[in-house]
Amino acid sequence: MANVISDETMEYVAILAKLELSPEEKEAAKRDMGRMLDYIDKLNELDTEGVEPMSHVFPVNNVFREDVVANGDDRENILRNAPKQKDGAFQVPKTVE
Amino acid sequence: MNILELTAVELGRKIKKREIGVMEATEAALAQIKALEKELNCYVTVDEEGARRQAAKVQDKIDSGMLTGPLAGVPMAVKDNICLAGLPTTCSSQILKNFVPSYTAEAVKNLIQAGAVILGKTNMDEFAMGSTTETSAFGETKNPWNPAHVPGGSSGGSCAAVASGECFYALGSDTGGSIRQPSSFCGVTGIKPTYGTVSRYGLVAYGSSLDQIGPVARNVADCAAILEVIASYDKKDSTSIRREDCDFTSALAEDVRGMRIGIPRDYLGEGLDEEVKTAVLAAAKELADKGAIVEEFDLSLVEYAIPAYYVIASAEASSNLSRFDGVKYGYRSQSYEGLHSMYKKSRSEGFGAEVKRRIMLGSFVLSSGYYDAYYLKALRTKALIKQAFDKAFAQYDVILGPAAPSTAPRLGESLKDPLKMYLGDIYTIAVNLAGLPAMSVPCGRDSKGLPIGLQLIGDCFKEKSIIRAGYAYESGRRYGLPELARKTAEQEVR
Amino acid sequence: MGKQYEMVIGLEVHVELATKTKIFCGCSTEFGGAPNTHTCPVCTGMPGSLPVLNKQVVEYALAVGLATNCSINQYCKFDRKNYFYPDNPQNYQISQLYLPICHDGWVEIETAAGKKKIGIHEIHMEEDAGKLVHDEWADCSLVDYNRSGVPLIEIVSEPDMRSADEVIAYLEKLRLIIQYLGASDCKLQEGSMRADVNLSVRETGAMEFGIRTEMKNLNSFKAIARAIEGERARQIELLEDGKKVIQETRRWDDNKESSHAMRSKEDAKDYRYFPDPDLVPIKISDEWIARVREQQPELQTEKLCRYQTEYHLPRYDAEILTSSKHLADVFEAAVKLSQQPKEVSNWLMTDTMRLLKERGQEPEDITFDPVNLANLIGLVDKKIINRTVAREVFEQIFENNVDPVQYVEEKGLKVVSDEGALRGAIAEILAKNPQSVADYKAGKQKAMGFVVGQTMRAMKGKADPAVVNELVKTLLENA
Repeated sequence: MANVISDETMEYVAILAKLELSPEEKEAAKRDMGRMLDYIDKLNELDTEGVEPMSHVFPVNNVFREDVVANGDDRENILRNAPKQKDGAFQVPKTVE
Repeated sequence: MNILELTAVELGRKIKKREIGVMEATEAALAQIKALEKELNCYVTVDEEGARRQAAKVQDKIDSGMLTGPLAGVPMAVKDNICLAGLPTTCSSQILKNFVPSYTAEAVKNLIQAGAVILGKTNMDEFAMGSTTETSAFGETKNPWNPAHVPGGSSGGSCAAVASGECFYALGSDTGGSIRQPSSFCGVTGIKPTYGTVSRYGLVAYGSSLDQIGPVARNVADCAAILEVIASYDKKDSTSIRREDCDFTSALAEDVRGMRIGIPRDYLGEGLDEEVKTAVLAAAKELADKGAIVEEFDLSLVEYAIPAYYVIASAEASSNLSRFDGVKYGYRSQSYEGLHSMYKKSRSEGFGAEVKRRIMLGSFVLSSGYYDAYYLKALRTKALIKQAFDKAFAQYDVILGPAAPSTAPRLGESLKDPLKMYLGDIYTIAVNLAGLPAMSVPCGRDSKGLPIGLQLIGDCFKEKSIIRAGYAYESGRRYGLPELARKTAEQEVR
Repeated sequence: MGKQYEMVIGLEVHVELATKTKIFCGCSTEFGGAPNTHTCPVCTGMPGSLPVLNKQVVEYALAVGLATNCSINQYCKFDRKNYFYPDNPQNYQISQLYLPICHDGWVEIETAAGKKKIGIHEIHMEEDAGKLVHDEWADCSLVDYNRSGVPLIEIVSEPDMRSADEVIAYLEKLRLIIQYLGASDCKLQEGSMRADVNLSVRETGAMEFGIRTEMKNLNSFKAIARAIEGERARQIELLEDGKKVIQETRRWDDNKESSHAMRSKEDAKDYRYFPDPDLVPIKISDEWIARVREQQPELQTEKLCRYQTEYHLPRYDAEILTSSKHLADVFEAAVKLSQQPKEVSNWLMTDTMRLLKERGQEPEDITFDPVNLANLIGLVDKKIINRTVAREVFEQIFENNVDPVQYVEEKGLKVVSDEGALRGAIAEILAKNPQSVADYKAGKQKAMGFVVGQTMRAMKGKADPAVVNELVKTLLENA
């Protein structure tokens, strides 16, 4: 396996992805990601020099909306699925110390 | 013939002629659901009451002449990553178990307007990540042709439901083959339209640049009729494309004379099951016999599509799925200390293994120092793949090949080795990268009795070419219900 | 004390654009409102929702870019900036990294040290985040997404500023330009203009930049000036002690007049930017740019010149009148109606400024209709009321936007021009105050002032002072 994922890398990725992994999950994730990257490295066989990266397959540009208010108060629906709410707002653990 | 063996368009016609009532059709489907769900698990949510209510309403509108379309009154199902106001949209994930949207996907709105009776929401691989419907948090769906096998995925619930008569047609979504591969495994027909043809508004995003909603049905004519309804320009979706050529049913002509069909040699090589190969080549021969010009060619770059896809789709997914955090909707962990712990616990408990795998891969390939090497490299590869298809379509009207390298594997076989499972998407994935339309049409069964799918790929906006080829190949063939479904289907058509 | 230090400062200025709706959905951008009442599936990050770009955002960003001498990226895109925080409903912010709409511009500022060009590195469009309210009692935070998706432009300067004065002058300049374009009201207190300060110090004359910090949470020009001073002192002290400045983001607490580092091991500061697949690129044609340029309203510097040449106002007056777009608008509207620039200027420069100051308000807070000021000037002009009365009436205009014509009528404030009545009143006063008559005759001019004052009082201020003066003089001399 050419790509060896270190513990540090795995922890870093977990911070980015906001995931908590058990020691077993972490080992499995390191192995899976290493294998996957080995496979992805196949792309390096391809000469892509001078090729523009293609985000959109079609050259569609300038899709706009006019600046007109279209939505009213929809709070009831917006809050309907909130795991926790208070005073018309989404409740979360305190964000400041 | 049994009512459940009718195609959607046939049923629509009989409803219009008052030969079958909308409620009658709805009850027949609901009875089939009741009889088979324990075994097949096609649905995450069945909405009996809603379906009956809708059936009555649609019947009234048909009676009063307000609804005249070919699909009016036909009961159908929606993949559970497509929103319908008032019913849960779970994406077969714990993290969205209780999520009930207040909005309806544009494609579903179009169907409701055309008189669809929605029976419920179908099972899928969690967030459409998987090829077997085994990554669903609510249990795997089984293949109606043999319940020891998977139905394919990620739209496995939709395809199995159509195959078993648990609905007359369904919506699926296709990011890397998620309509075509399970259609192939379940012996039904499914189309992945040109990117931008069907609005993505209300489709819970996996890989936004690749996702398309499409029809799953009994045959090509049904798919054309459904696609005609769901295709629309939607100003809520910036990637939606204004098309004037969405009269897909006009392509239902059994005529392929002079049609140029190319078979990529790269699609017939190593890894392809011999029985599948034989069936696909036989189908090609049939089309040639009907007047098409069929030849083999080298498409090239086929082996680069999967790695490019997994970089792009995982990167987009890692960002798309970051909104599931326990703040606004969905699952929040019961025990946490502080904000970041809430995020981590909710997501770790709420997402399954395959979803986590792709989120982590996506986060990694976008992370500082790797963006160019992985993400941009994949986007450049995508450009080359598109060029390869452009070149091919300068020669051919349709590209023909298998939809999958094999027929449906046994349950539990695929998840052991994720990479191997990914390789099963080899023939479908490039189509999504290039934004092309493609279809899977049944082309026989293997020695185990499992269906084989023929894939027809068209150039951008050329759905009509593949519909024409598919329709000509199908040529009046009927695909009856699988044994297990035939037993439970009771009502004969009067 | 041997070493001399200089600061190197660059700013990141966020400006909320004055669109009616949010950047990617049709929700209102109105400030305030009960929590989450201006929200929809798009700006709360509901699954399956998709963004569609508000065209006016591009128009405003372009206008600001052109007015600040920027080059325009005629092909630009939105990228996703990924980070988790509850005020960010998708946990990514739609912004522009790779191809921002504007780049490489400049504005000219003027301080006591003279004129100077401040470079603008880029201007990009992005969405604002929601608001977090901290509930001390329940030990939790509450998320309100009303502000989520309000359009912002971020103006990133070059590290060209060397003092707090220059920073304030630069911000004032930006504010004037943007207000004049109508692209934002730029209120620091309400958060429609926010500045993050990137600051480093180095020995004067050094070529290399020092290590910089980024200061956030600056809500007023005063806070910015204090934060810059504080951070300068902190960094110099570190360097003098032989320590190193750490590159970090710091939060300024204006009450404590100090800052603290914002650090968390849970934040990797790795935003994983990539082009947003839900949005298509923006192509800006030459014609589009030309149209925006053509529609550009008169900016402050242009008005400043015109007020001096066209209205013959002193530079100082013109500067004050143009220091706020709103004030200039009121001025021009009143001038158009009254044709008396000098008079309008006087009312605005003196009474208006005094009243604003008394109330602790800004020119933006002027609410009266310029037509009322113009009519007031007309009343004075036609000698229907005198200046003393006019100042009283103006307070009513300023305060309650009253119609001066109606008000004067109702309150009976018209000048008494009946000479007979005035003569009678003066005669009565002279009769009561023989001493004043005597004093006047003895050459004490002051005595006349007393009689005039008494007469004005008797007339309840409604007499024309010039006429009263004349009459008192005549009557005193003939007494």
